Amino acid sequence: MPEASLLDFSVFNPRRLDEALSLLAEEENVVPLAGGTDLMVTLETGNLSPCRFLNLMGIAEFQEPFSWCDGKLRMSPLCSYRDTRIDKDVATRYPLLVRAAREVGVLAIQSRGTWAGNIVNASPAADGVPVLMVYDAEVELRSTSGTRTVPLCDFYRGYKEMDRASDELVTGIILPPPPEDRIEYFRKVAPRRLQAITKVLLTGYLLRSDDRIEDCRIVLGSVAPFTLRARETESILRGSVLDSETIKAARAALQGEISPIDDIRSTAMYRRNVAERLLDEFLLSASPESH
Amino acid sequence: MNTKETLEPVESEEAPPIIGENLPRPEGIRKVCGTALYADDLKFDSCLFGRTVRSPAPRGRVRHIAFGEGIPWDEFVIVLPDDIPGENAVTLIEKSQPFLATSVRHIGEPVALIAHHDRALLNKALKAITVEIDEEPAIFSIEEALEGKEIQYGRDNIFKEYRITRGKLEEAFSEADHVLEGVYETGAQEQLYIEPQGVIARADPKGEVTIWGSIQCPFYVQKALAPLFALSPEKVRVIQTETGGGFGGKEEYPNLLSGHAALLSYRAGGAVVRMIYDRREDLFVTPKRHPSRTRIKSAFRKDGTFLGLEVDFVLDGGAYPTLSSTVLSRGILHSFGPYRIPHADLRARVVFTNSTPYGAFRGFGAPQSIFALELHLDRVAHELGLDPAELRRRNFVKKGDTFPTGQVIKEEIDLALLMDTALKKADYARKRKAYEEENRKNPRVKRGISLSVFFHGSGFTGSGEVMLGSKAAVRLLKDGSVEVLSANVEFGQGTNAMFTQITAAILGIPPEWVRIHQPDTAVVPNSGPTVASRTTMIVGRLVERAARRLRERVLEEGGLSQGYTGEEFRETAKRLAAREEFREEAQYVPPPDVHWDEQRYQGEAYSGYSWSCDVADVEVDMTTFQAEVKHFVSVVECGTVVNPIIAAGQIEGGIAQSIGYALYEDVHTERGVMVNNQYTNYIIPTTADIPSIEVSFIRFPLCNYGPFAAKGIGELPADGPAPAVAAAVAHALGYRYINKIPLLPERIAAVVLEEEETAA
Repeated sequence: MPEASLLDFSVFNPRRLDEALSLLAEEENVVPLAGGTDLMVTLETGNLSPCRFLNLMGIAEFQEPFSWCDGKLRMSPLCSYRDTRIDKDVATRYPLLVRAAREVGVLAIQSRGTWAGNIVNASPAADGVPVLMVYDAEVELRSTSGTRTVPLCDFYRGYKEMDRASDELVTGIILPPPPEDRIEYFRKVAPRRLQAITKVLLTGYLLRSDDRIEDCRIVLGSVAPFTLRARETESILRGSVLDSETIKAARAALQGEISPIDDIRSTAMYRRNVAERLLDEFLLSASPESH
Repeated sequence: MNTKETLEPVESEEAPPIIGENLPRPEGIRKVCGTALYADDLKFDSCLFGRTVRSPAPRGRVRHIAFGEGIPWDEFVIVLPDDIPGENAVTLIEKSQPFLATSVRHIGEPVALIAHHDRALLNKALKAITVEIDEEPAIFSIEEALEGKEIQYGRDNIFKEYRITRGKLEEAFSEADHVLEGVYETGAQEQLYIEPQGVIARADPKGEVTIWGSIQCPFYVQKALAPLFALSPEKVRVIQTETGGGFGGKEEYPNLLSGHAALLSYRAGGAVVRMIYDRREDLFVTPKRHPSRTRIKSAFRKDGTFLGLEVDFVLDGGAYPTLSSTVLSRGILHSFGPYRIPHADLRARVVFTNSTPYGAFRGFGAPQSIFALELHLDRVAHELGLDPAELRRRNFVKKGDTFPTGQVIKEEIDLALLMDTALKKADYARKRKAYEEENRKNPRVKRGISLSVFFHGSGFTGSGEVMLGSKAAVRLLKDGSVEVLSANVEFGQGTNAMFTQITAAILGIPPEWVRIHQPDTAVVPNSGPTVASRTTMIVGRLVERAARRLRERVLEEGGLSQGYTGEEFRETAKRLAAREEFREEAQYVPPPDVHWDEQRYQGEAYSGYSWSCDVADVEVDMTTFQAEVKHFVSVVECGTVVNPIIAAGQIEGGIAQSIGYALYEDVHTERGVMVNNQYTNYIIPTTADIPSIEVSFIRFPLCNYGPFAAKGIGELPADGPAPAVAAAVAHALGYRYINKIPLLPERIAAVVLEEEETAA
């Protein structure tokens, strides 16, 4: 059984952002470390290659977990699930952040784990990424050569492949205000109620005027190599009347978009069926009859 | 000291008030405050850490062990099979696996040992070792074993076989209005004690071995290690440290692990060696509950009268015999349930596979066979158009009835009363009807409720207790308190409180004056292993008898008169203890009317049974196919309850563990080893998944051989929940039976979706 030895690791402890960016640019084999909740697991299982950690916890610029600017929410890379879970404004404006935060691991993990860490860990089973995608989050990346932002929906390119260069650090997550009067949905399907890794997750919102769908977001976890925004399904729904025909078409479109696998946690068949049933549950709950 | 003695059944309501009181656990405070010392907490001036080099292949000869470059191997202590001073086989029921294999039979099998004082370097070194195996074909399933593929044990890959017959089964089938066959399967289950396996060893090359560890059976370790070092047993001293759970998992494995640590210590010239597994290694290599496959064929009259039962019970034993023969025995002796069955033919086999050896787990074979029978009866009831409770009511055994083993029921048992108490508490009749109506209207959520009725025999099977001949002792200490000496360990189940209450009750002293000596083979008598629901009924009775003798001697030699006060006893005890060792012992005496015929498998398999009825109330979410237990009722008859809170807690815990067995816990194996060997991927239910559990006790007119007529409950709650939950899920799904646990959502989805497709 392979096992990592602590002898193979070391840690940098920068105090300022520019220090961190220089280390990232100049040193080899540096891995940013925030809450450590994912790294802890890969280290423990012996799957973490020897590396040098860049501990972000002491960086002065990141100490404020989040701030409000022009109606937008800006999260620091150290913003934990707990920071958002306990905030009333966040709960009012972005309720899905709170719902997702409550279902990540258990309280200890929620206090330590960060939203930014969840993004760069790039797990297809991430619980934080899907709701950030529903709210059209943008990822701010910084290096010694400059700053850029990427829509989170376009951030992933394949399994654990991201639009991030090795010298770039995620320095913020920016969420625009979501539309008023939307109907939201979030459901994580996991093998037990708490402290469990997602088998299938579906979240989204739907904006309806009378029985017509004006806009929607549909995002799924654990059914593709990365968190999947179901654009085809969204486009079937957008502009359509929310009736059983539309729901049927959307379910079919979803089947074409997802590519679940058999693994140690579940089966492709199960994920496929449940994903479709969750979409059905979401759309029925958003239908005029249920309101 | 042992004059010829006959054991009388206890038939009494005369127990002193401390029997039945909720005495707090004597070890509770130190556990809660973190001062209790577990194996890994013990401090030694210097010590080495040990690790195990394991086979990467499931079968074959070890060709070469390559010690890779970049490691200062000369600093390491290394043990290879040739370095073993004595016999290279774990002594258990028969000779079982080698301590270090030269030919391997399963992945993960130990082939060498290494130790170093630097843990990080040790782990790095382990990665640098390559084990090369000349691999041979292996088998991993019960089917392959029964087909006789790749014979590796005996003539047919069968470790052990039993047969119990009664009446003429053909007559039952020819007389029957209804015959039903079914095949039922259960998966492996991991004990998941909170403290992983761990021992510390010091093996002085001059011939003394000491083991400290997290173990259930100190004398088993002694028995296993003596031949390994070619020593007489008393040269091997085994001291149990505070043990964080066992559930059977620390019954047998500590033999192997202690041998490993001791071999390293021996090779290191007597240095202390620590071997504490982490969770991944523990899950990867330690024995789990045997997977099972049971074929049942039943014969009934249409009025629900049970005429005949045919059972073919098969367990996967894994790669070595370990305890499988006795697990099989208990399995088949619980396969017929608490029913009157005139004709029966029960066959049981445990087979060899190239899997990690399976071993002891709470219930010990009974949960597997009871699952099959109880779920089968639910199906029979449905097909006969009877309520499953009604079907059982028509067939319960009563005093004077006979089990297929020929054992005649001598207790005044009233199983209808037991079941009705449970049904009433669970609001069963109303819910069963209401759910069927609701389910017709609600496509999203389906609800169901059903039950199981079962027993569990206390103590070793058949003549096992006679062969053990256990002894326990009680002695006076210099401060006037009284100490209980036994080999039975406290690992969460309440041994310490129970022994304290029994001793205090007999001697008429406050419980604070009773001490429990830590199990240490150099000090305590061999009262047998802490297994088989035997500690209360069997060892508790020994403690009671030893305490009675002590009391008589104190009265006589101390000049104390009947009706003494606690204070008077204490003063007398001080005086007597100052003079000489003042100790009394009692040895097991079989009840006079208990006989067992090992050849025919007939007779009194157990001298006492505890009885129970479980009712499970479940919900299945048809969007996700997840089944959850919403409410659970368990009514238990176990004679006198010595400590009600601990007893109820033990039953609740067993039920939670068994809800895990029924719905959540899936040991995922590849080539015979567990691959989801992490907390993250081996799913046990948390408190958020476990419903309110309502436990209550009833009492049949008492007449048994336990102390104050108390019987065992340790394993009982592992027996009934799984079939009750599976039957309730079938009820929720409109009588679609899934005969294989765990009932993972994937399994439920496959069944429901297949039916939907067929319908469409």
